[in-house]
Amino acid sequence: MADNSVLLGLVEEFVSGQVDSKAAETATGVKTGQFTILQLVEALGLSLSSSQHQTRGRGVQLLSEVLQESYSSLSEREVEVLLAFYENRLKDHYVIIPHVLQGLKALTKCSVLPPGSAVSILKSIFQDIHVQSLMLAERSCVYNILISLMESKEEELKGLGADFIFGFVQSVDGERDPRNLLLAFQVARNIIQRGYDLGKFVEELFEVMSCYFPIDFSPPPSDPRGITREELVLSLRAVLTGTSQFAEFLLPLIIEKLDSDIQSAKVDSLQTLAACGLTYSHKELAEFLPGLWSSIRREVSQTASERVETAGLSALSALVSCLSRSVLTSDSEDVLQVFLSLVLKDCQHHLCEPDLKLVWPSAKLLQAAAGASYRASLIVSAAIIPSLLEQYNNRTQCAQRRTLLEVLQGFVQPTALSRPADGEDSVLVAFQQSLCGVVFSALTESSAGLQITGTRVLTALGQQPGLMSQPDVEKAVDHLTRLILEEDDPKVSLAVVECSGSLAHLHPKAFISRMIPRLKEEILSGQSDAAVRQRCVTVLASVSSLSSVVQESAPVLLQVLASAHTGSCGFSVEEVAAVCISLQKIAAHARDSEEIGRFFHDIIIPHLLGLCLQAALQSRDAGHSSPLTDEAVLSAVVPVMSTACAALQSESASRMAAQAVSLFLDGDVSFLPENAFPSKIQLLQIQSPALSQLVCLLMACVCSLPCSVEIPEIDRLLLQLEDLSCTCPHLFSYTCAAKCFAGLLNKRPAGEALDAVLERVMKRISVELENSSSVQRTRALTLLLWVSKALLLRYHPLSTALTDQLFALLSDPALGSQAADGFGVLMSDSQDVLNRGCHADVRIMYRQRFFAENSAKLVEGFNSAEQEKKSCYLKALSHIVSNLPRQVQLTELPALLPLLLEALACVDQAVQLSTLSCLQPVLLEPPEALRNQLEALFSRLLALTTSPAMKVRIASLQCVHALSRLPEHMILPFRARVLKALAVPLDDKKRLVRKEAVAARAEWFLLGSPGGR
Amino acid sequence: MSGGTRLENANPLIFQRSGERLVTAADEDEDVADPIDDREIFDLIRSINDPEHPLSLEELNVVEQVRVNVNDPESVVSVEFTPTIPHCSMATLIGLSIKVKLLRSLPDRFKIDVHITPGTHASEDAVNKQLADKERVAAALENSQLLEVVNQCLFTRTM
Repeated sequence: MADNSVLLGLVEEFVSGQVDSKAAETATGVKTGQFTILQLVEALGLSLSSSQHQTRGRGVQLLSEVLQESYSSLSEREVEVLLAFYENRLKDHYVIIPHVLQGLKALTKCSVLPPGSAVSILKSIFQDIHVQSLMLAERSCVYNILISLMESKEEELKGLGADFIFGFVQSVDGERDPRNLLLAFQVARNIIQRGYDLGKFVEELFEVMSCYFPIDFSPPPSDPRGITREELVLSLRAVLTGTSQFAEFLLPLIIEKLDSDIQSAKVDSLQTLAACGLTYSHKELAEFLPGLWSSIRREVSQTASERVETAGLSALSALVSCLSRSVLTSDSEDVLQVFLSLVLKDCQHHLCEPDLKLVWPSAKLLQAAAGASYRASLIVSAAIIPSLLEQYNNRTQCAQRRTLLEVLQGFVQPTALSRPADGEDSVLVAFQQSLCGVVFSALTESSAGLQITGTRVLTALGQQPGLMSQPDVEKAVDHLTRLILEEDDPKVSLAVVECSGSLAHLHPKAFISRMIPRLKEEILSGQSDAAVRQRCVTVLASVSSLSSVVQESAPVLLQVLASAHTGSCGFSVEEVAAVCISLQKIAAHARDSEEIGRFFHDIIIPHLLGLCLQAALQSRDAGHSSPLTDEAVLSAVVPVMSTACAALQSESASRMAAQAVSLFLDGDVSFLPENAFPSKIQLLQIQSPALSQLVCLLMACVCSLPCSVEIPEIDRLLLQLEDLSCTCPHLFSYTCAAKCFAGLLNKRPAGEALDAVLERVMKRISVELENSSSVQRTRALTLLLWVSKALLLRYHPLSTALTDQLFALLSDPALGSQAADGFGVLMSDSQDVLNRGCHADVRIMYRQRFFAENSAKLVEGFNSAEQEKKSCYLKALSHIVSNLPRQVQLTELPALLPLLLEALACVDQAVQLSTLSCLQPVLLEPPEALRNQLEALFSRLLALTTSPAMKVRIASLQCVHALSRLPEHMILPFRARVLKALAVPLDDKKRLVRKEAVAARAEWFLLGSPGGR
Repeated sequence: MSGGTRLENANPLIFQRSGERLVTAADEDEDVADPIDDREIFDLIRSINDPEHPLSLEELNVVEQVRVNVNDPESVVSVEFTPTIPHCSMATLIGLSIKVKLLRSLPDRFKIDVHITPGTHASEDAVNKQLADKERVAAALENSQLLEVVNQCLFTRTM
């Protein structure tokens, strides 16, 4: 009884006292079992039957709010009684209706709805309520009731038949709110997709939905609900295209809307049409095909917009693939054939006018149609290809032939839909002979454009089985070889290189037997000029993706290096470096093929090491300088070896490590070919630069192996490397030694051994830095830098101590500038060591972490430094910031902006340049903080447009250009000033500067001008 | 460009675009002064959009490098343009776009002369006269509708 009085109190306070919070308390009471619903209804008795509709309203509201919380615990009997009550209340006064609907919505979510209840709820709603005169929230209630009943009582609703459809049509007719529309579209989609019988209301349902097409909605600027136009478009499209029953209404509507002037309406219509292609069959389409075709054709051939064109082409493709699915009957004509002949009739003749504008739209339409299905491509190809081939042979002008060939290329490449199934032949088999003939004739033309298109068609042909016979392939390879040897247009050679690469992957034999020997002869003949040899080397690299080809091509490159070493063919240093780059490209394939990796391990790397060692020894003994002792060449050999070593499997990797270490520590030359080396060579001792710099090869071999490979005698090796890096007088050698040391440290597992090495090297660095000699200090700085990097990458706790030492050096009078540049090394990816390709231990986001931990130190250091030292801090900062990822730059910029602006005013051109290059990308998406700094930014940037350094002028103009994309209200005040300032660089003596000035000034002119932005 | 309007010349001849100017070693050299030459002027105007087609003036062969003459020391530029058809109603607009583009892109020491290639347009003299008249050009640019069309022609699409 106590409970009852509590309940009565709550009801009383809610109904008469208007205390809204009591509803929640009552609901908790019901949920915890303190009261039952029956008790609540009894307690509410008087309010529910009151003659005052406000009181009745409050009563129903309380009941509905409690039901919303507790509908899941109701029994079937209770639900039945409550439903009867609520249905009855629908007839009540209008102020009560909102609460009644809330209650009904809660009840429809019950899992124990009694049979027949769904029908009676809907009947009452449709009968007693005019939905569109309700408020927004109540309308949404009604749609939600429909949605939940459709989920739980599908069978019953279907029993209602067309009455349900009619009721829905009536209640939704005239809905305007986008939130409710999304719900209404969902109901309609359910009706269509779940097979409700639309009866005679097909047209009504279509009318009531299609009046929103095409959707024109732009959400209010600060829309909390986040409904987008896209969402509405897609859900309406799902309704309209959901059933073929709508076809007779929808297709005329689409044709009509395509005439619209609004671009988004056109795109939407075309995309809707494309969606129809998936659900319709040819029966629905047949009647409208001519109209649809002429609209699509008009849009594609007249539009300036790529979106409209793409949408039009995919709509056509969808129509054709829909028609291709139709089943042929013996008495009817083939609809696909009929439609395609319409398309062909309208487009084909434009292909005969390769100079005129419409050739391209027509070709694209035909290609879209052909790409829709295998059958369509058969029909279109049969009509188009002979005429294209014939025209190609009849026309003589290169430009016309090129256009024709480019059009042809679009037909040669099959799409995913038109690819022949297993057992079907390519549609081009019938034209195989003549296609190859045309391609070969294009390749023999003198026009570069024609040759390039020829190689592309050749690639497409070569990739389809059955289109090139063995003799054709051989002929093609001969043509490609000839082009490489004779054509000096860089675009042509690029195209030939690409084409050779993709053909060699499919037809390796022809390349091995015909191309490689010919190229080898040419390179080693010593008669051709450097450009030809360069092209040969590039193409050798690009054809080598299969192990069988690599075994032929890589030795050729090796031979080139050998003859460069002996000096027989007069190869320049650049050429030799380029050969190494090609070898590296080949080595990169070792990742995919173990065989290639083994080949490099067994043959290429020992030979390379041998050659370099020979060259070094000769230069020491005889003073003969071979290109292989040049730093540039050695730097190019390093990536070859490290790429190959990084791909080695565990066993050969361990052997590689052992061989390399014993060579460098003990002078063990036994694994090198042509063993004619003196024994006991000490490579890690200080001696002539030619020998000491070979340490870079040690780095290439041991630093790129997988972490699991144990390096033998690592402690002795580390000690020697440390000595070398601290004492060797030769810059390249001591830098490489420091890098190699760092690369090994980075992979060393944590533990006492590592700690001991670190302690030793840190002490050594400190001692060396105490020295007065600048060479010694620079060496120590280099070692410090690389060791810091090795530890920073793996988040080693000691890295902070080392980088702090670097920060301290920024204020050093002699080393400050070098230390500042060191931050560039620290933050950027190193090419030859300590990167992920070398299996180094690189933690994600180490740059962000470093920046977050140290930016404050940098700013503080800057503020406390003397005036002339400030530039080192700015340089370090701009190195760090420019290597950060964009997102981080954007978030960090507000804090750094004053400093960066300071850097722009700094006299050091390198600082200016690196600051500009890090500002420019940021300016494309300017952060809020920039707003207050625009004045300072503009005055600094505009001043730099007359800087003495060309690169600074260019970079500052690019920044001014980027600023023109800021929101108009922010930058309009600066327009006049910028235009005036940019008039000066228009007369710059350098053309590249003028070009940037013109581009920037043009954008600034468009700003705030009609038709501009 | 809507479906309803009809183009004066729906299927014009298309010409190939010339590639980007190659950057030479002299261009990169700080100390060498590069004079403004024909090609540079041509590069300024070749990408102007045609008012009717989604094509550039170069692709329609309205402007050609041989019809551009510049004398840097004397600060004179002369450009001839060729309408696609003799009665093209867009000729003045095209001429105006070329003129405006040059005015915005060249130092103000230059005297800019834009005219129709002799014998290629029905009302050649009238158009030439309009384009040569400084005040009429200035007045045309005061007209915001005209300026809008000109700006659309000058809008760079590769953004």
